[in-house]
This record gives sequence, structure tokens and C-alpha cells, in this order.
Amino acid sequence: MARVLINVPPTAKRGQIIEIKALISHPMETGFRTGPDGNLVPRNIIKRFTCNYNGEEIFSADLFPAIAANPFLSFMVAATETGLIAFQWIDDQDQVQLETAKITVE
Amino acid sequence: MIRLPPRTRWGAAAGLMVLGLSPAFAAEIPLAERRSGFDFMSRDSQALQHDDTANPGMLLVLDGEMLWNSMAGAAGRSCADCHGAALVSMKGVAARYPAYNAEHRRPIDLQGRINLCREVKQNATPFAWESPELLALAAYVAHQSRGMPITAGEDPRLQPFIERGRALYEQRQGQLNFSCANCHDDNWGQKLGGSVIPQAHPTGYPLYRLEWQAVGSLQRRLRNCMTGVRAEPYPLGSPEFVDLELFLMFRAWGMPIETPAVRP
Ligand code: HEC
Ligand code: HEC
Repeated sequence: MARVLINVPPTAKRGQIIEIKALISHPMETGFRTGPDGNLVPRNIIKRFTCNYNGEEIFSADLFPAIAANPFLSFMVAATETGLIAFQWIDDQDQVQLETAKITVE
Repeated sequence: MIRLPPRTRWGAAAGLMVLGLSPAFAAEIPLAERRSGFDFMSRDSQALQHDDTANPGMLLVLDGEMLWNSMAGAAGRSCADCHGAALVSMKGVAARYPAYNAEHRRPIDLQGRINLCREVKQNATPFAWESPELLALAAYVAHQSRGMPITAGEDPRLQPFIERGRALYEQRQGQLNFSCANCHDDNWGQKLGGSVIPQAHPTGYPLYRLEWQAVGSLQRRLRNCMTGVRAEPYPLGSPEFVDLELFLMFRAWGMPIETPAVRP
């Protein structure tokens, strides 16, 4: 569905607070705009973002029409164990984008 | 509204001519005072541009990389088939565009050059101006020059076109009757509504403009400025726009390329 840029540090010390950044290309069409034909362009926004760390949800967000195109989210998390950080975005058309990043904790 | 200095630009130019000086090389803005639009932005916007995993322009650069490696047209060739790794072959190219094209006997800009390859070398339908594909390829190619100094305008055959671009830049136009220079040379650093007037250096294009919520070309930016003074903008891809682009690049000689920049 989209292009994604993820920033997760590849390695971290146990207990270290790390910043995770996730950027995705999406029009975030508000549903309030009219197209060239004068009709409303149907709303299509990413409505939910979730992030799992080795299967456990560590962050989620509900998104709304006032959020600009190509939403960028960043948040902090404690690096607890080596494993996979998984990202999921779902939009109004129920298109799902999945990405993962590996982290090694020493 | 904008306050104009008491001595007009024409007065200043006439003064130089009386002294027998030629204002031929580069800017009305002294070299030491030249500043990229980057410097006028908020720290948040600057941080966005500086982090390649936060800069939304990088999403389009990735699209461009994919297109660079995709086969297209009747010739069945990708850009990479002829040019190899863009990292090597396209390094510094955007810094010297618009460049003189012998066949067309005039300058063409980077997007024009890319579309020429698409048409002639790939035997494919050229991309529409300002289409996501053309912007993506231009952003990808220009990104290979990031950090390199602008060298456009060195070819002596470009001289008359630089002068034409300069004339367009200095010509008053539109219902508000402003020239580009009235804002960008005489009033840079001042506010117009909520925006700071930058010096109009084309260092970051194609770039991600927050207002557009998208990547756009320098010509799209210039259209915005022209409609801003209620002038009829030139058509995208027109010789007037290419001459203006060339003059702006020449005027920014030596400044580093930032593509993909972020601007408000
Ligand atoms: C009435 C004042 C005004 C006039 C006249 C004007 N501009 Fe602008 N221009 C602006 C403002 C204000 C901005 C910045 C907008 C923003 O930050 O959102 C801008 C932005 C630009 C930029 C973007 C610079 C960057 O850092 O990316 C360029 C290039 C530019 N103008 C060129 C021109 C040219 C060429 C003309 C003449 C055709 C022109 N402008 C006429 C006010 C003007
Ligand atoms: C069949 C081979 C071929 C293909 C395919 C091709 N090009 Fe080219 N390109 C050339 C040649 C040869 C030149 C040198 C100018 C000329 O001879 O027209 C050139 C010139 C260029 C230049 C200007 C370089 C400079 O130093 O001024 C750019 C930019 C460029 N090509 C981009 C592209 C892009 C982007 C694509 C894919 C959409 C592409 N080319 C596809 C052969 C090709």
C-alpha cells in the first residue's frame, strides 16, 4: 500500500530508553475536500497505528482527519530484550501495512 | 504589506552603470549574506529535513530509486541499464542544471532532461509535468548531489538565457505589480503574512512543502509566487520557467544542494 521509513536503533543496552520513529506515505484524505468534478473526495485516512515488541503491544494511536498527509510518529520505549519490533497501519479502506525491525539488546 | 526601499532597484542599477560597473555576476544580495530558505525555517522543520527517516521527501526519493531500476518503454531499458548506479553517474548532475542542450539550442532543466531520456532513449511516453513519477526521478537524481555546490550557468552558451531569466526576475508583474526582486532581494527576512520572505535560492528542489503536503518542483513554487501577486503563471515546462530556474541557480552559485529539502 505505501512506502515506509522506520528508525529503530539496531542495538541497545538492556533497559536503555530508545526513540522509535515511523513515517508512512499516505494521502490522509479528509473527506471534506471536493475534487475537480465538484463531488466530495471520499475520506481515506489511516485510522490506527500499533507497535508490538516481541508480540506485546507497546504503543498505539488513533488518527483523525486533521492529521496531515504522510503521518510521522515517534515515541520512546525501554529496550528489554533482543527481538522484533512490528509496526502496523490500517486505513479507511482496511488496507494494512506491516513492517518489522530487528533490535539486539546486550 | 511590503515596504519598498526609497531607492528603487532601477536607481541602483543606473548608479552602477554611471560608475561603469557591471552587475553581471550574480547577486544583488552580497555573497556573505546569502542564506538558504532552510535558515529561515523553525527548528522543528529544520529537524525534519535533517533526519532522513523523518523527512517525508525521502519517501519520494525511494520511489525514484525504484523507477530508476524499472524497465520502461519500447526500448525495454531502465535508467540503470544505461547509467548504472545513480550514486556514481548522477553525482553532481543536478548541481549544474538547467544545462545547455545543443539539439534544442537552449537550456533544459533536470525534469526536461529526464523526460528526454524517457522519450528518446527508452521510447516511452514522457511523464506529465509535476506527475509523481517525474518528481520521484528528479528527486532521486538530485539527491545524488546533496551537499555539492551549485555550478549551473558555467557554459558560455547559457549567458543570454541567464540574462532573460534575470529580466523576468526583475520585471514587475501581476495586479499587485511586484517583481520577484521586490520581495526576494529587497525585503528578504521580513514577514509577508505569517511567512518569512526567503531569498529564493532553489537549493532544495524537488522538495517537500508542508503546505502542499507533498513534494513539488521549483516551477510549482514559482507558480505559487506568481499567483501570489495575481499574475498569470507561465505554463509548466515553458521556456520562461526554465530561464528563471537557470537564473535562480546561477544566482545561488556555490550554495549546497539540499534535495529533498523541507519548506513550510
Ligand atoms: C509578494 C512577495 C513575493 C513575490 C513578488 C515573489 N515571491 Fe517568491 N516567495 C515569497 C514568500 C513569502 C515565500 C516563502 C513562502 C513560505 O515560506 O511559505 C517565497 C518563496 C519562494 C521560493 C522558495 C525558496 C525556497 O527556499 O525553497 C522561490 C524559489 C521563490 N519564492 C521565487 C520567486 C520568483 C522567481 C518570483 C518571481 C516570479 C517570486 N518568488 C515572487 C514571496 C514572494
Ligand atoms: C538507452 C540509454 C539511456 C537510457 C535508458 C536513459 N538514458 Fe539518460 N542519458 C543517456 C545518454 C547517452 C545521455 C547523454 C546525453 C545524450 O546523449 O543525449 C543521457 C543523459 C542523461 C542525463 C543528463 C546527464 C548529464 O550529465 O547532463 C540525465 C539526468 C539522465 N540521462 C537521466 C536518465 C533517467 C532518469 C533515465 C530513466 C528514466 C534515463 N536517463 C534513461 C542514455 C540513456
